[in-house]
Amino acid sequence: MTLLRQFARGVRNLVRSKRANDEIAEEVESFFAEARAELEARGLSPKESLRAARLRMGSTTAVREQVRSYGWENPVSGMLQELRYTLRRLFATPGFTFVSIATLALGVGATTAIFSVINGVVLQPLPYPHPEQLVAVWMKAPGVKIADLNMSPSVYFTMCDEKRAFQAVSIFATGTTTVTGKTHPEEVQAVFASHELLSILGVRPQLGRFFSAADDDPKGLRTAMLSDSYWRSHFGGEHSVLGSELVIEGNTVSVIGVLPPSFEFMDQRPDLLIPMRFDRAKTNLGVFSYQGVARLKAGVTLQQADDDLARMLALVLQRFPPPGGYTVKMFEDARIAPNLRRLKDDLIGDIGNMLWVLLTSVSIVLLIACANVANLLLVRAEGRQQELAIRTALGANWIRLARELLFESVTLALAGGIAGLALSSGALKLLLSSDLLRLPRSHNIHVDIWTVLFAMVVAMALGVLFGLIPVVRYARPEIANALRGGGRSLSAARDRNRVRSLLVVVQVALALVLLVTSGLMIRTFRNLHQVDPGFRNAHEVDTLRIGIPDEDVKEPERVMRMEQAMLDNVKAVNGVVSASITSSVPMDGGQSNDPVYAADKSYREGTIAPLRRFKYIAPGYFATLRQRMLAGRDLTWSDIDHGGDVALVTENTARDIWGSPEAALGKRIRTNKKDDWREVIGIVADEYSDGVDKPAPTIVYWPILTKNFEGDAISVQRYISVVVRTPRAGSPSFENEIQKALWRVYSNLPLAKMDTLEMFYNRSLARTSFTLLLLAIAGGMALLLGIIGLYGLISYSVAQRRREIGIRLALGAPVAEIIRLFLRSGLLLSAVGCGAGMIAALLLTRLMKSLLFSVSPSDPLTFAGTACVLISVAALASYLPARKALKVDPVEALRAE
Amino acid sequence: MDLLYSGLAHMNETNTDVIQGTLDMLILKTLSLEPMHGFGIARRIEQITQNVFKVNPGSLLTALQRLERNGWLDSEWRVTENSRRAKVYRLTSAGKKRLQSETADWQRRSTAIARLLKAGA
Repeated sequence: MTLLRQFARGVRNLVRSKRANDEIAEEVESFFAEARAELEARGLSPKESLRAARLRMGSTTAVREQVRSYGWENPVSGMLQELRYTLRRLFATPGFTFVSIATLALGVGATTAIFSVINGVVLQPLPYPHPEQLVAVWMKAPGVKIADLNMSPSVYFTMCDEKRAFQAVSIFATGTTTVTGKTHPEEVQAVFASHELLSILGVRPQLGRFFSAADDDPKGLRTAMLSDSYWRSHFGGEHSVLGSELVIEGNTVSVIGVLPPSFEFMDQRPDLLIPMRFDRAKTNLGVFSYQGVARLKAGVTLQQADDDLARMLALVLQRFPPPGGYTVKMFEDARIAPNLRRLKDDLIGDIGNMLWVLLTSVSIVLLIACANVANLLLVRAEGRQQELAIRTALGANWIRLARELLFESVTLALAGGIAGLALSSGALKLLLSSDLLRLPRSHNIHVDIWTVLFAMVVAMALGVLFGLIPVVRYARPEIANALRGGGRSLSAARDRNRVRSLLVVVQVALALVLLVTSGLMIRTFRNLHQVDPGFRNAHEVDTLRIGIPDEDVKEPERVMRMEQAMLDNVKAVNGVVSASITSSVPMDGGQSNDPVYAADKSYREGTIAPLRRFKYIAPGYFATLRQRMLAGRDLTWSDIDHGGDVALVTENTARDIWGSPEAALGKRIRTNKKDDWREVIGIVADEYSDGVDKPAPTIVYWPILTKNFEGDAISVQRYISVVVRTPRAGSPSFENEIQKALWRVYSNLPLAKMDTLEMFYNRSLARTSFTLLLLAIAGGMALLLGIIGLYGLISYSVAQRRREIGIRLALGAPVAEIIRLFLRSGLLLSAVGCGAGMIAALLLTRLMKSLLFSVSPSDPLTFAGTACVLISVAALASYLPARKALKVDPVEALRAE
Repeated sequence: MDLLYSGLAHMNETNTDVIQGTLDMLILKTLSLEPMHGFGIARRIEQITQNVFKVNPGSLLTALQRLERNGWLDSEWRVTENSRRAKVYRLTSAGKKRLQSETADWQRRSTAIARLLKAGA
């Protein structure tokens, strides 16, 4: 009640301050009058009573002020008054105000945009309870040179039985599947997972029940859970969905529950969640091609969990048999070891590094921008120097003057901060609209309270920081003596320029750092583009992922014939130059590695041969990609008809095993002891299947249909990519025709999006391109701002030294000499800045090592080149304003004084 | 709010001759007799305490503002007996309660101090 009253009175006084003041004045007057009346009543004359009352009360003004200073609204009204005053002053110089706010807005906006990305991607925890307990189950196998080994069913089963540091573990895979039985076959996103997944994530279904162990039973009823959006779009959000049936890849599956709307997993919002139904009796040591997620017990460290997993990995080898053609010894030699990661780290990978580099860069731009604003404020304060000095001389409190100057800079900074926030939300939209970059957790990026707080704190801090510079210079207690100088003394001017010179040196140094980083990125980009990825003219190659599940077509040979027929149909489409089939398009992320034994090499009993990347192709693949054939010939359909006992290898595979590409021709290889030998019929150029920034894997290409291979009598590639070379690649009409050509053979194919090979190539370079783009923008801005700073400084000092120039000219100094004077000081400043920048850059560029490709972080060429560019631009920026000295007329310059 | 208020109050009362913190009580007590204007209160306090306490007008008027904002006083402009306009203060029921608690508090303290002084002698 009292609080409310306090507040209400305060507001009333703020709003009607005049009336409140009048009332106080009147009360004081009435007090005074009563006092006088009392004194007169005691017999004093009016004159005496006036004197006595004055003596008794002191100054009525002082009393009034004392009473008026009561209440919380007083400091506020003081601030409001200050604000009004500041705004009036800022509006009086719209040019200055606009330039300052715009500069700050750009800087704060860019920094805030990158910060909100970091906030959403790196800083925010995953949306599950106790996310710190969640780990991705990874292993490594140094014995076969695998740094990241995936989860296998045998490891999963052993972990379920023997875990000590883990609460629960789940094995899963993400991908697409086809729902048929409705009007049209439909491709949907799915997560296939063992039943523990939801309890590990702490997710409760909004309808129906959790999965239980029974759902994982390969002999049990097939079940699935739906996402909220799938439920709403396909079942109208009806509760009757429970128990209804879907046909997934030919199997009837009953719906047991609906996931909550917020459900997301591994950066995906899958449509379906389908149990992983492993048959434990048939599980062997192989198939490391699943992912694992686990929840640690509370308080367990990653190291403890790793130790626990290491203990269990030893048990795995005792409990499960090796796959056909392998021995337990081979698995022991692989030296499989734990490599657990926090789920969040696994999700965002190493993108954090790139983001921090970017944040550092934009912060540097922000600092440079601030130096310019600080410079403007300094000039402004300089203009008010006399006024400030007079006010100090008249007894103005220097704290008050300092507050006034700070108030101005903070007001500017806050305005810049708010404008920057608006800019950043626009910049974010632009940033996220590029689907090339594929930032992890990108749906989690938005302007939130932290972003706003960040922008405001940054703006506020900057406001104080650059506001303090003029304060230190012009609102110090001892400033009164500035009155004497009147800006005439040369030494005072020089002292004043020292701060500005320092600002310019810092700007040049920071600009150099940014230019070096963008220079290094340019070199990286060039180096990456010079790598021959193995294929040519990627923009003319269209690709489409399709699959023929064995529920639909059982016999492998029939599948192969269907694929061949589809290919024939595709080739008949108008504009197709050539077409083929592959198990995985270069750079699509797919990879499968297995050992390869050569018939003419000897292997120690029980040891495992080096792993090679396996790809499966149809004839015409190399022609379609324009991958160079170094020796031998391509695969033919008759090779496949005759059992497919042939293979092709890349150049690096051939060199690895036989020493030279030519030597490989006619050699025989196989992947395990039970298989038939296969003849190497061709050697092709290396294919950079993991992206041009990674070493080209050693690849072996097998036919899409193989007999007596990897322990199977006959096997066919059911999930394949159709690759088509055509000038029409990427056009919707073409893709439509392709789809129809495929449907004529196999009508159960879902509609799928085609991607050109160039898209895969660009995507593998996206991170580099994106970093380069942003760093180049930052570097350009830094250069521009730094140069503006230098230009401003030189022009200012030319203007300031007009009188000196006039005297020199009058005494007969040659004009060139005077220009040289200014040029020299400009060059000196930029040289010092360059030197400081070099040292800073040497320290900082090490942080971006992981972003670079075959260029050292301290690449001398980049450093020297950047310094040269900067110095020459600086020379120009000093020369142009120095020329103004030419225009100085000695007579006028001296008369003006 | 109390903290802020007491902070401000102390700042404004450093030069008063009235014992720190007793001015409010003196004002409330004086007004409990009859409504009065500012000068009347000052005069009454000085008279009753036989000029032991001198009331600084600035402090008094500030204290009146504060007490009024706390809801312990009401005020209105009235014409006094010698036909001048003056702001007259009146104790509210909340103010009466406040006076009681302040009085009790003061008595407790002064007894304690008296006891202490006696023990010392």
